[in-house]
Amino acid sequence: MNAIRLYGRYVGVSLRSQMQYPASFLLTSAGAFAATGVDFLATWALFARFRQVAGWHFGEVALFYSVIGVSFALADGLTRGFDIFGDQFVRTGDFDRLLVRPRSTVLQLLGYELRATRIGRLAQALVVGVVAIRLTGITWHLAPWATLLFAVAGGTALFSGILVLQATLAFWTVESLEIANTLTYGGVEAAQYPLDLYARWFRNFLTFVVPLGCVSYFPVAAVLGKADRTGVPAQLLQLTPALGFVFLGVALWLWRYGVRHYTSTGS
Amino acid sequence: MTASALRPYHAVFRARFQLLLQYRAAAIAGFGTQCWWGTIKVMIFSAFLAGPVASPMTLRETIDYIWLGQAFLMLLPWSADPELARMVRSGDIAYERLRPVDGYAYWYARAVARRTATPLLRAMPMVLLTGVVLPSLGYGRWGLGPPAGIAAVLLFIASMALVVALASAFSTLLDVLVVMTLSERGVNILVAPLAIVFSGSLIPLPLLPEWLQPFMQYQPFAGLLDSPLRIYSGHLGGWSAVGALGRQAVWTVLLVALGRAIMRRAMARLQTQGG
Repeated sequence: MNAIRLYGRYVGVSLRSQMQYPASFLLTSAGAFAATGVDFLATWALFARFRQVAGWHFGEVALFYSVIGVSFALADGLTRGFDIFGDQFVRTGDFDRLLVRPRSTVLQLLGYELRATRIGRLAQALVVGVVAIRLTGITWHLAPWATLLFAVAGGTALFSGILVLQATLAFWTVESLEIANTLTYGGVEAAQYPLDLYARWFRNFLTFVVPLGCVSYFPVAAVLGKADRTGVPAQLLQLTPALGFVFLGVALWLWRYGVRHYTSTGS
Repeated sequence: MTASALRPYHAVFRARFQLLLQYRAAAIAGFGTQCWWGTIKVMIFSAFLAGPVASPMTLRETIDYIWLGQAFLMLLPWSADPELARMVRSGDIAYERLRPVDGYAYWYARAVARRTATPLLRAMPMVLLTGVVLPSLGYGRWGLGPPAGIAAVLLFIASMALVVALASAFSTLLDVLVVMTLSERGVNILVAPLAIVFSGSLIPLPLLPEWLQPFMQYQPFAGLLDSPLRIYSGHLGGWSAVGALGRQAVWTVLLVALGRAIMRRAMARLQTQGG
Protein backbone atom coordinates (compact mmCIF):
# COMPACT_ATOMS: atom_id res chain seq x y z
CA MET A 1 0.00 0.00 0.00
CA ASN A 2 1.47 3.36 -0.90
CA ALA A 3 1.73 6.23 1.53
CA ILE A 4 -1.19 8.23 0.18
CA ARG A 5 -3.62 5.33 0.30
CA LEU A 6 -2.44 4.44 3.79
CA TYR A 7 -3.00 8.03 4.89
CA GLY A 8 -6.50 7.83 3.40
CA ARG A 9 -7.17 4.77 5.54
CA TYR A 10 -5.90 6.55 8.64
CA VAL A 11 -8.19 9.51 7.95
CA GLY A 12 -11.18 7.24 7.37
CA VAL A 13 -10.67 5.43 10.67
CA SER A 14 -10.16 8.69 12.53
CA LEU A 15 -13.29 10.32 11.12
CA ARG A 16 -15.42 7.23 11.74
CA SER A 17 -14.32 7.07 15.36
CA GLN A 18 -15.08 10.76 15.92
CA MET A 19 -18.51 10.39 14.37
CA GLN A 20 -19.39 7.82 17.02
CA TYR A 21 -20.16 10.82 19.22
CA PRO A 22 -22.09 13.13 16.87
CA ALA A 23 -23.48 15.34 19.65
CA SER A 24 -20.02 15.95 21.10
CA PHE A 25 -18.65 16.69 17.62
CA LEU A 26 -21.40 19.20 16.85
CA LEU A 27 -21.15 20.90 20.23
CA THR A 28 -17.37 21.28 20.11
CA SER A 29 -17.41 22.54 16.52
CA ALA A 30 -20.19 25.00 17.26
CA GLY A 31 -18.31 26.14 20.36
CA ALA A 32 -15.16 26.81 18.34
CA PHE A 33 -17.20 28.67 15.72
CA ALA A 34 -18.84 30.85 18.39
CA ALA A 35 -15.64 31.54 20.33
CA THR A 36 -13.65 32.64 17.28
CA GLY A 37 -16.71 34.49 15.99
CA VAL A 38 -16.93 36.54 19.19
CA ASP A 39 -13.23 37.25 18.84
CA PHE A 40 -13.82 38.67 15.40
CA LEU A 41 -16.85 40.70 16.51
CA ALA A 42 -14.46 42.47 18.88
CA THR A 43 -12.23 43.41 15.94
CA TRP A 44 -15.30 44.72 14.15
CA ALA A 45 -16.26 46.77 17.22
CA LEU A 46 -12.85 48.46 17.19
CA PHE A 47 -13.33 49.43 13.55
CA ALA A 48 -16.85 50.67 14.30
CA ARG A 49 -15.28 53.25 16.59
CA PHE A 50 -11.95 54.05 14.94
CA ARG A 51 -12.91 53.51 11.25
CA GLN A 52 -9.36 52.51 10.25
CA VAL A 53 -6.00 51.49 11.62
CA ALA A 54 -2.84 52.98 10.08
CA GLY A 55 -4.81 53.50 6.88
CA TRP A 56 -6.19 49.96 6.62
CA HIS A 57 -9.93 49.41 6.58
CA PHE A 58 -12.12 46.71 8.08
CA GLY A 59 -12.52 44.66 4.88
CA GLU A 60 -8.77 44.56 4.33
CA VAL A 61 -7.98 43.48 7.88
CA ALA A 62 -10.75 40.87 7.58
CA LEU A 63 -8.89 39.39 4.61
CA PHE A 64 -5.65 39.14 6.63
CA TYR A 65 -7.66 37.52 9.41
CA SER A 66 -9.34 35.04 7.10
CA VAL A 67 -6.14 33.86 5.38
CA ILE A 68 -4.33 33.29 8.65
CA GLY A 69 -7.43 31.76 10.30
CA VAL A 70 -8.00 29.24 7.50
CA SER A 71 -4.32 28.29 7.50
CA PHE A 72 -4.26 27.70 11.23
CA ALA A 73 -7.52 25.73 11.27
CA LEU A 74 -6.20 23.41 8.53
CA ALA A 75 -2.80 22.90 10.18
CA ASP A 76 -4.34 22.38 13.60
CA GLY A 77 -6.73 19.77 12.21
CA LEU A 78 -4.03 17.88 10.30
CA THR A 79 -1.23 17.77 12.87
CA ARG A 80 -3.00 16.64 16.03
CA GLY A 81 -0.50 13.78 16.41
CA PHE A 82 2.36 16.27 16.71
CA ASP A 83 0.41 18.57 19.01
CA ILE A 84 -0.01 15.95 21.73
CA PHE A 85 3.24 14.12 20.89
CA GLY A 86 5.05 14.78 24.18
CA ASP A 87 2.30 13.62 26.50
CA GLN A 88 0.89 10.82 24.34
CA PHE A 89 4.01 9.31 22.78
CA VAL A 90 7.24 10.32 24.55
CA ARG A 91 6.18 10.24 28.19
CA THR A 92 4.32 6.96 27.77
CA GLY A 93 7.03 5.40 25.61
CA ASP A 94 4.46 4.71 22.86
CA PHE A 95 6.81 6.25 20.31
CA ASP A 96 8.73 2.93 20.35
CA ARG A 97 5.75 1.30 18.66
CA LEU A 98 5.82 3.87 15.86
CA LEU A 99 9.52 3.26 15.31
CA VAL A 100 9.19 -0.47 14.75
CA ARG A 101 6.55 -0.07 12.04
CA PRO A 102 7.87 0.00 8.47
CA ARG A 103 6.51 3.47 7.73
CA SER A 104 7.82 6.97 8.38
CA THR A 105 7.03 8.47 11.78
CA VAL A 106 5.74 11.63 10.12
CA LEU A 107 3.12 9.69 8.15
CA GLN A 108 1.99 7.78 11.22
CA LEU A 109 1.67 10.93 13.33
CA LEU A 110 -0.20 12.76 10.57
CA GLY A 111 -2.58 9.83 10.43
CA TYR A 112 -3.00 9.69 14.19
CA GLU A 113 -6.06 11.92 14.08
CA LEU A 114 -7.74 14.28 11.65
CA ARG A 115 -9.45 16.62 14.06
CA ALA A 116 -12.90 17.06 12.61
CA THR A 117 -13.98 19.64 15.18
CA ARG A 118 -11.58 22.15 13.62
CA ILE A 119 -14.28 22.56 11.01
CA GLY A 120 -15.83 25.11 13.40
CA ARG A 121 -12.81 27.38 13.26
CA LEU A 122 -12.38 26.78 9.54
CA ALA A 123 -15.98 27.71 8.82
CA GLN A 124 -15.68 30.91 10.85
CA ALA A 125 -12.52 31.98 9.01
CA LEU A 126 -14.17 31.20 5.65
CA VAL A 127 -17.24 33.28 6.53
CA VAL A 128 -14.96 36.20 7.40
CA GLY A 129 -13.20 35.61 4.08
CA VAL A 130 -16.47 35.89 2.14
CA VAL A 131 -17.29 39.14 3.96
CA ALA A 132 -13.78 40.46 3.28
CA ILE A 133 -13.97 39.67 -0.43
CA ARG A 134 -17.35 41.40 -0.72
CA LEU A 135 -16.05 44.47 1.10
CA THR A 136 -12.78 44.79 -0.79
CA GLY A 137 -14.27 43.97 -4.19
CA ILE A 138 -11.71 41.36 -5.26
CA THR A 139 -12.65 40.14 -8.72
CA TRP A 140 -12.87 36.59 -10.04
CA HIS A 141 -9.58 36.80 -11.85
CA LEU A 142 -7.13 33.97 -11.62
CA ALA A 143 -4.19 35.96 -10.27
CA PRO A 144 -5.56 37.15 -6.91
CA TRP A 145 -7.17 33.78 -6.19
CA ALA A 146 -3.99 31.89 -7.00
CA THR A 147 -2.09 34.19 -4.66
CA LEU A 148 -4.63 33.72 -1.86
CA LEU A 149 -4.59 29.92 -2.28
CA PHE A 150 -0.80 29.90 -2.29
CA ALA A 151 -0.82 32.05 0.88
CA VAL A 152 -3.17 29.59 2.63
CA ALA A 153 -1.03 26.63 1.55
CA GLY A 154 2.13 28.34 2.79
CA GLY A 155 0.39 29.30 6.03
CA THR A 156 -0.78 25.73 6.62
CA ALA A 157 2.80 24.53 6.06
CA LEU A 158 4.16 27.17 8.43
CA PHE A 159 1.75 26.37 11.28
CA SER A 160 2.39 22.65 10.75
CA GLY A 161 6.10 23.39 10.99
CA ILE A 162 5.58 25.16 14.33
CA LEU A 163 3.69 22.13 15.68
CA VAL A 164 6.39 19.75 14.39
CA LEU A 165 8.98 21.88 16.22
CA GLN A 166 6.89 21.72 19.38
CA ALA A 167 6.85 17.91 19.08
CA THR A 168 10.60 17.81 18.38
CA LEU A 169 11.23 19.74 21.58
CA ALA A 170 9.45 16.96 23.49
CA PHE A 171 12.34 14.56 22.71
CA TRP A 172 14.34 16.59 25.22
CA THR A 173 11.66 17.92 27.56
CA VAL A 174 9.54 14.71 27.57
CA GLU A 175 6.41 16.75 28.24
CA SER A 176 4.46 18.76 25.70
CA LEU A 177 5.37 22.39 26.16
CA GLU A 178 2.63 24.93 25.72
CA ILE A 179 5.23 27.48 24.70
CA ALA A 180 4.39 26.83 21.03
CA ASN A 181 0.97 28.36 21.75
CA THR A 182 2.60 31.78 21.67
CA LEU A 183 3.50 31.12 18.03
CA THR A 184 0.27 29.38 17.00
CA TYR A 185 -2.54 31.24 18.78
CA GLY A 186 -0.32 34.26 19.36
CA GLY A 187 0.74 34.12 15.72
CA VAL A 188 -2.86 34.15 14.58
CA GLU A 189 -3.47 37.19 16.78
CA ALA A 190 -0.42 39.03 15.47
CA ALA A 191 -0.77 38.15 11.78
CA GLN A 192 -4.44 39.15 11.55
CA TYR A 193 -3.29 42.76 11.48
CA PRO A 194 -1.03 44.25 8.80
CA LEU A 195 2.63 44.09 9.79
CA ASP A 196 3.29 47.79 9.28
CA LEU A 197 1.43 48.39 12.56
CA TYR A 198 4.21 46.81 14.54
CA ALA A 199 7.59 47.91 15.82
CA ARG A 200 10.54 47.11 13.54
CA TRP A 201 11.99 44.29 15.69
CA PHE A 202 8.63 42.55 15.78
CA ARG A 203 8.14 42.98 12.03
CA ASN A 204 11.56 41.46 11.40
CA PHE A 205 10.77 38.56 13.71
CA LEU A 206 7.54 37.84 11.80
CA THR A 207 9.36 38.04 8.48
CA PHE A 208 12.69 36.28 8.97
CA VAL A 209 12.41 34.07 12.09
CA VAL A 210 8.83 32.78 12.03
CA PRO A 211 7.66 34.03 8.63
CA LEU A 212 4.00 34.58 9.53
CA GLY A 213 4.02 37.85 7.63
CA CYS A 214 5.08 36.03 4.48
CA VAL A 215 1.94 33.89 4.47
CA SER A 216 -0.56 36.68 5.13
CA TYR A 217 0.64 40.27 5.13
CA PHE A 218 2.85 40.26 2.00
CA PRO A 219 0.66 38.20 -0.37
CA VAL A 220 -2.60 39.77 0.84
CA ALA A 221 -1.17 43.28 0.48
CA ALA A 222 -0.32 42.35 -3.12
CA VAL A 223 -3.89 41.14 -3.73
CA LEU A 224 -5.27 44.34 -2.23
CA GLY A 225 -3.07 46.45 -4.50
CA LYS A 226 -1.18 47.93 -1.57
CA ALA A 227 2.21 46.51 -2.46
CA ASP A 228 3.83 49.92 -2.04
CA ARG A 229 3.09 49.89 1.71
CA THR A 230 5.27 46.85 2.33
CA GLY A 231 8.52 48.16 0.89
CA VAL A 232 8.98 44.94 -1.10
CA PRO A 233 8.74 44.72 -4.93
CA ALA A 234 5.24 43.63 -6.01
CA GLN A 235 6.38 40.59 -8.02
CA LEU A 236 8.27 39.26 -5.03
CA LEU A 237 5.28 39.63 -2.66
CA GLN A 238 3.32 36.84 -4.33
CA LEU A 239 6.19 34.41 -3.89
CA THR A 240 6.76 35.00 -0.15
CA PRO A 241 4.41 32.18 1.02
CA ALA A 242 7.11 29.80 -0.22
CA LEU A 243 8.96 30.63 3.00
CA GLY A 244 6.23 28.75 4.86
CA PHE A 245 7.29 25.56 3.07
CA VAL A 246 10.95 26.32 3.78
CA PHE A 247 10.06 26.65 7.47
CA LEU A 248 8.27 23.28 7.40
CA GLY A 249 11.29 21.74 5.66
CA VAL A 250 13.64 22.98 8.37
CA ALA A 251 11.24 21.76 11.06
CA LEU A 252 11.11 18.26 9.51
CA TRP A 253 14.90 18.18 9.22
CA LEU A 254 15.16 19.00 12.96
CA TRP A 255 12.50 16.37 13.62
CA ARG A 256 14.68 13.68 12.01
CA TYR A 257 17.58 14.83 14.15
CA GLY A 258 15.31 14.53 17.20
CA VAL A 259 14.17 11.02 16.25
CA ARG A 260 17.81 9.87 16.08
CA HIS A 261 18.39 11.41 19.50
CA TYR A 262 15.33 9.71 21.03
CA THR A 263 15.77 7.37 23.96
CA SER A 264 12.70 5.63 25.26
CA THR A 265 11.42 6.45 28.73
CA GLY A 266 10.98 2.71 29.08
CA SER A 267 7.65 3.01 30.82
CA MET B 1 -20.32 33.52 63.29
CA THR B 2 -17.55 32.86 65.79
CA ALA B 3 -13.94 32.22 64.89
CA SER B 4 -14.18 28.48 65.51
CA ALA B 5 -17.18 28.25 63.16
CA LEU B 6 -15.04 29.67 60.37
CA ARG B 7 -12.20 27.21 60.90
CA PRO B 8 -13.09 24.55 58.31
CA TYR B 9 -13.45 27.19 55.57
CA HIS B 10 -10.14 28.75 56.50
CA ALA B 11 -8.52 25.30 56.51
CA VAL B 12 -9.76 24.35 53.03
CA PHE B 13 -8.70 27.77 51.73
CA ARG B 14 -5.16 27.31 53.08
CA ALA B 15 -4.78 23.77 51.82
CA ARG B 16 -5.93 24.69 48.30
CA PHE B 17 -3.83 27.85 48.25
CA GLN B 18 -0.64 25.98 49.09
CA LEU B 19 -1.41 23.23 46.59
CA LEU B 20 -2.01 25.72 43.78
CA LEU B 21 1.25 27.55 44.49
CA GLN B 22 3.11 24.37 43.49
CA TYR B 23 2.44 24.76 39.77
CA ARG B 24 5.53 26.84 39.07
CA ALA B 25 6.40 25.54 35.61
CA ALA B 26 2.90 26.35 34.38
CA ALA B 27 3.25 29.81 35.90
CA ILE B 28 6.51 30.50 34.06
CA ALA B 29 5.09 29.32 30.73
CA GLY B 30 1.93 31.34 31.34
CA PHE B 31 3.95 34.42 32.20
CA GLY B 32 5.89 34.21 28.92
CA THR B 33 2.67 33.81 26.97
CA GLN B 34 1.05 36.79 28.67
CA CYS B 35 4.07 39.03 28.02
CA TRP B 36 3.90 38.11 24.34
CA TRP B 37 0.14 38.80 24.12
CA GLY B 38 0.48 42.04 26.04
CA THR B 39 3.20 43.24 23.69
CA ILE B 40 1.10 42.49 20.60
CA LYS B 41 -1.95 44.17 22.12
CA VAL B 42 -0.04 47.30 23.14
CA MET B 43 1.20 47.70 19.55
CA ILE B 44 -2.22 47.08 17.99
CA PHE B 45 -4.09 49.46 20.30
CA SER B 46 -1.50 52.21 19.95
CA ALA B 47 -2.00 51.97 16.19
CA PHE B 48 -5.78 52.29 16.58
CA LEU B 49 -5.47 55.22 19.01
CA ALA B 50 -2.99 57.01 16.72
CA GLY B 51 -5.77 57.47 14.14
CA PRO B 52 -7.79 60.65 13.58
CA VAL B 53 -10.89 59.52 15.51
CA ALA B 54 -10.95 60.70 19.15
CA SER B 55 -10.69 57.90 21.71
CA PRO B 56 -12.61 57.75 25.00
CA MET B 57 -9.40 56.49 26.65
CA THR B 58 -5.93 58.00 26.42
CA LEU B 59 -3.01 55.86 25.25
CA ARG B 60 -1.61 55.87 28.80
CA GLU B 61 -4.91 54.59 30.23
CA THR B 62 -5.19 51.96 27.50
CA ILE B 63 -1.68 50.58 28.01
CA ASP B 64 -2.18 50.39 31.79
CA TYR B 65 -5.46 48.58 31.12
CA ILE B 66 -3.74 46.05 28.82
CA TRP B 67 -0.86 45.20 31.17
CA LEU B 68 -3.00 44.98 34.30
CA GLY B 69 -5.51 42.94 32.30
CA GLN B 70 -2.75 40.46 31.41
CA ALA B 71 -1.49 40.46 35.01
CA PHE B 72 -4.90 39.61 36.45
CA LEU B 73 -5.99 37.29 33.64
CA MET B 74 -6.20 34.27 35.93
CA LEU B 75 -8.71 36.02 38.17
CA LEU B 76 -11.36 35.52 35.51
CA PRO B 77 -13.69 32.57 36.11
CA TRP B 78 -12.56 30.70 33.00
CA SER B 79 -13.87 27.31 33.98
CA ALA B 80 -15.40 25.22 36.72
CA ASP B 81 -13.11 23.58 39.28
CA PRO B 82 -11.73 20.55 37.38
CA GLU B 83 -11.44 18.55 40.60
CA LEU B 84 -15.09 19.04 41.50
CA ALA B 85 -16.02 18.11 37.94
CA ARG B 86 -14.08 14.87 38.37
CA MET B 87 -15.94 14.23 41.63
CA VAL B 88 -19.25 14.65 39.83
CA ARG B 89 -18.22 12.08 37.24
CA SER B 90 -16.81 9.54 39.68
CA GLY B 91 -19.58 9.90 42.25
CA ASP B 92 -17.22 11.13 44.96
CA ILE B 93 -19.44 14.18 45.12
CA ALA B 94 -21.49 12.20 47.65
CA TYR B 95 -18.71 12.69 50.22
CA GLU B 96 -19.16 16.45 49.86
CA ARG B 97 -22.69 15.96 51.17
CA LEU B 98 -21.41 14.24 54.30
CA ARG B 99 -19.26 17.11 55.55
CA PRO B 100 -20.74 18.83 58.63
CA VAL B 101 -20.24 22.27 57.08
CA ASP B 102 -22.18 24.66 54.92
CA GLY B 103 -21.66 23.15 51.45
CA TYR B 104 -21.78 26.42 49.57
CA ALA B 105 -19.38 28.23 51.92
CA TYR B 106 -16.99 25.28 51.71
CA TRP B 107 -16.87 25.39 47.91
CA TYR B 108 -16.70 29.17 47.98
CA ALA B 109 -13.57 28.97 50.17
CA ARG B 110 -12.03 26.56 47.64
CA ALA B 111 -12.85 29.03 44.86
CA VAL B 112 -11.29 31.95 46.76
CA ALA B 113 -8.04 29.97 46.99
CA ARG B 114 -8.20 29.24 43.27
CA ARG B 115 -8.83 32.90 42.43
CA THR B 116 -5.97 34.22 44.60
CA ALA B 117 -3.06 31.73 44.49
CA THR B 118 -2.60 31.40 40.71
CA PRO B 119 -3.35 35.07 39.94
CA LEU B 120 -0.80 36.18 42.55
CA LEU B 121 1.90 34.02 40.95
CA ARG B 122 1.09 35.52 37.56
CA ALA B 123 0.45 39.13 38.55
CA MET B 124 3.55 39.87 40.59
CA PRO B 125 6.20 39.22 37.90
CA MET B 126 4.05 40.98 35.30
CA VAL B 127 3.71 44.13 37.42
CA LEU B 128 7.44 44.03 38.20
CA LEU B 129 8.43 43.66 34.56
CA THR B 130 6.09 46.23 33.04
CA GLY B 131 5.97 48.66 35.97
CA VAL B 132 9.60 48.61 37.14
CA VAL B 133 11.94 46.93 34.64
CA LEU B 134 10.57 48.51 31.44
CA PRO B 135 10.58 52.10 32.83
CA SER B 136 14.11 51.69 34.22
CA LEU B 137 15.27 50.58 30.76
CA GLY B 138 13.76 53.73 29.29
CA TYR B 139 10.65 52.08 27.80
CA GLY B 140 8.26 53.50 30.37
CA ARG B 141 6.00 54.78 27.61
CA TRP B 142 5.12 51.17 26.71
CA GLY B 143 5.03 49.82 30.26
CA LEU B 144 2.67 50.08 33.20
CA GLY B 145 2.47 53.62 34.52
CA PRO B 146 2.05 54.61 38.19
CA PRO B 147 -1.52 54.78 39.57
CA ALA B 148 -3.48 58.02 39.23
CA GLY B 149 -3.08 59.04 42.89
CA ILE B 150 -3.55 58.04 46.52
CA ALA B 151 -7.33 57.93 46.21
CA ALA B 152 -7.00 55.77 43.09
CA VAL B 153 -4.73 53.33 44.94
CA LEU B 154 -7.15 52.96 47.85
CA LEU B 155 -10.16 52.54 45.56
CA PHE B 156 -8.17 50.12 43.39
CA ILE B 157 -7.32 47.91 46.39
CA ALA B 158 -10.96 47.91 47.51
CA SER B 159 -12.06 47.07 43.97
CA MET B 160 -9.55 44.20 43.67
CA ALA B 161 -10.84 42.72 46.94
CA LEU B 162 -14.34 42.85 45.47
CA VAL B 163 -13.01 41.23 42.26
CA VAL B 164 -11.86 38.22 44.30
CA ALA B 165 -15.25 38.03 46.02
CA LEU B 166 -17.14 38.35 42.73
CA ALA B 167 -14.90 35.98 40.76
CA SER B 168 -15.23 33.36 43.49
CA ALA B 169 -19.02 33.74 43.45
CA PHE B 170 -18.89 33.22 39.66
CA SER B 171 -16.61 30.18 40.04
CA THR B 172 -18.83 28.59 42.66
CA LEU B 173 -21.87 29.18 40.48
CA LEU B 174 -20.07 27.35 37.66
CA ASP B 175 -19.27 24.47 40.04
CA VAL B 176 -22.91 24.25 41.06
CA LEU B 177 -24.00 24.25 37.41
CA VAL B 178 -21.60 21.36 36.79
CA VAL B 179 -23.34 19.37 39.51
CA MET B 180 -26.67 20.16 37.90
CA THR B 181 -25.66 19.30 34.33
CA LEU B 182 -23.30 16.45 35.30
CA SER B 183 -20.57 17.65 32.94
CA GLU B 184 -18.20 20.59 32.89
CA ARG B 185 -17.91 20.68 29.09
CA GLY B 186 -21.02 22.69 28.29
CA VAL B 187 -20.45 25.16 31.13
CA ASN B 188 -16.82 25.78 30.18
CA ILE B 189 -17.53 26.19 26.46
CA LEU B 190 -20.10 28.87 27.27
CA VAL B 191 -18.39 30.82 29.99
CA ALA B 192 -14.89 31.38 28.58
CA PRO B 193 -15.91 33.55 25.57
CA LEU B 194 -18.39 35.47 27.77
CA ALA B 195 -15.75 36.18 30.39
CA ILE B 196 -13.09 37.26 27.91
CA VAL B 197 -15.37 39.67 26.03
CA PHE B 198 -17.55 41.16 28.75
CA SER B 199 -14.81 41.62 31.37
CA GLY B 200 -12.80 43.82 29.01
CA SER B 201 -9.96 41.31 28.70
CA LEU B 202 -10.23 41.23 24.90
CA ILE B 203 -10.90 44.93 24.33
CA PRO B 204 -11.12 47.62 27.03
CA LEU B 205 -14.87 48.07 27.54
CA PRO B 206 -14.84 51.89 27.07
CA LEU B 207 -13.50 51.36 23.52
CA LEU B 208 -16.57 49.34 22.48
CA PRO B 209 -19.28 51.23 20.54
CA GLU B 210 -20.98 54.06 22.42
CA TRP B 211 -24.49 52.55 22.23
CA LEU B 212 -23.27 49.45 24.09
CA GLN B 213 -21.80 51.42 27.01
CA PRO B 214 -24.87 51.57 29.33
CA PHE B 215 -25.25 47.80 29.09
CA MET B 216 -21.52 47.20 29.49
CA GLN B 217 -21.40 49.22 32.72
CA TYR B 218 -24.14 47.27 34.45
CA GLN B 219 -23.43 43.67 33.43
CA PRO B 220 -21.68 41.52 36.06
CA PHE B 221 -18.50 40.70 34.10
CA ALA B 222 -17.39 44.36 34.15
CA GLY B 223 -16.71 43.98 37.87
CA LEU B 224 -14.17 41.22 37.19
CA LEU B 225 -11.58 43.34 35.39
CA ASP B 226 -12.86 46.54 33.83
CA SER B 227 -13.75 48.41 37.05
CA PRO B 228 -10.43 48.09 38.95
CA LEU B 229 -8.36 48.66 35.81
CA ARG B 230 -10.09 51.95 35.02
CA ILE B 231 -9.89 53.03 38.66
CA TYR B 232 -6.12 52.43 38.65
CA SER B 233 -5.44 54.72 35.71
CA GLY B 234 -7.91 57.34 36.88
CA HIS B 235 -10.28 56.80 33.95
CA LEU B 236 -12.89 56.12 36.60
CA GLY B 237 -12.62 58.42 39.64
CA GLY B 238 -14.64 59.98 42.46
CA TRP B 239 -18.26 58.96 42.68
CA SER B 240 -18.20 56.94 39.45
CA ALA B 241 -15.50 54.77 41.03
CA VAL B 242 -17.58 54.34 44.17
CA GLY B 243 -20.54 53.46 41.97
CA ALA B 244 -18.46 50.76 40.25
CA LEU B 245 -17.53 49.33 43.67
CA GLY B 246 -21.22 49.28 44.57
CA ARG B 247 -22.09 47.34 41.39
CA GLN B 248 -19.33 44.84 42.15
CA ALA B 249 -20.76 44.32 45.66
CA VAL B 250 -24.36 44.00 44.46
CA TRP B 251 -23.43 41.44 41.78
CA THR B 252 -21.44 39.43 44.34
CA VAL B 253 -24.44 39.25 46.68
CA LEU B 254 -26.80 38.33 43.81
CA LEU B 255 -24.51 35.60 42.45
CA VAL B 256 -23.96 34.11 45.90
CA ALA B 257 -27.73 34.01 46.44
CA LEU B 258 -28.26 32.42 43.02
CA GLY B 259 -25.48 29.88 43.59
CA ARG B 260 -26.93 28.94 46.97
CA ALA B 261 -30.44 28.53 45.59
CA ILE B 262 -29.31 26.33 42.69
CA MET B 263 -27.04 24.31 44.95
CA ARG B 264 -29.88 23.60 47.37
CA ARG B 265 -32.03 22.29 44.52
CA ALA B 266 -29.23 20.36 42.82
CA MET B 267 -28.09 18.70 46.02
CA ALA B 268 -31.65 17.76 47.00
CA ARG B 269 -32.09 15.93 43.70
CA LEU B 270 -28.52 14.65 43.46
CA GLN B 271 -28.19 11.22 41.95
CA THR B 272 -24.74 9.85 42.56
CA GLN B 273 -23.00 8.20 39.65
CA GLY B 274 -21.89 4.71 40.54
CA GLY B 275 -18.52 3.54 39.50
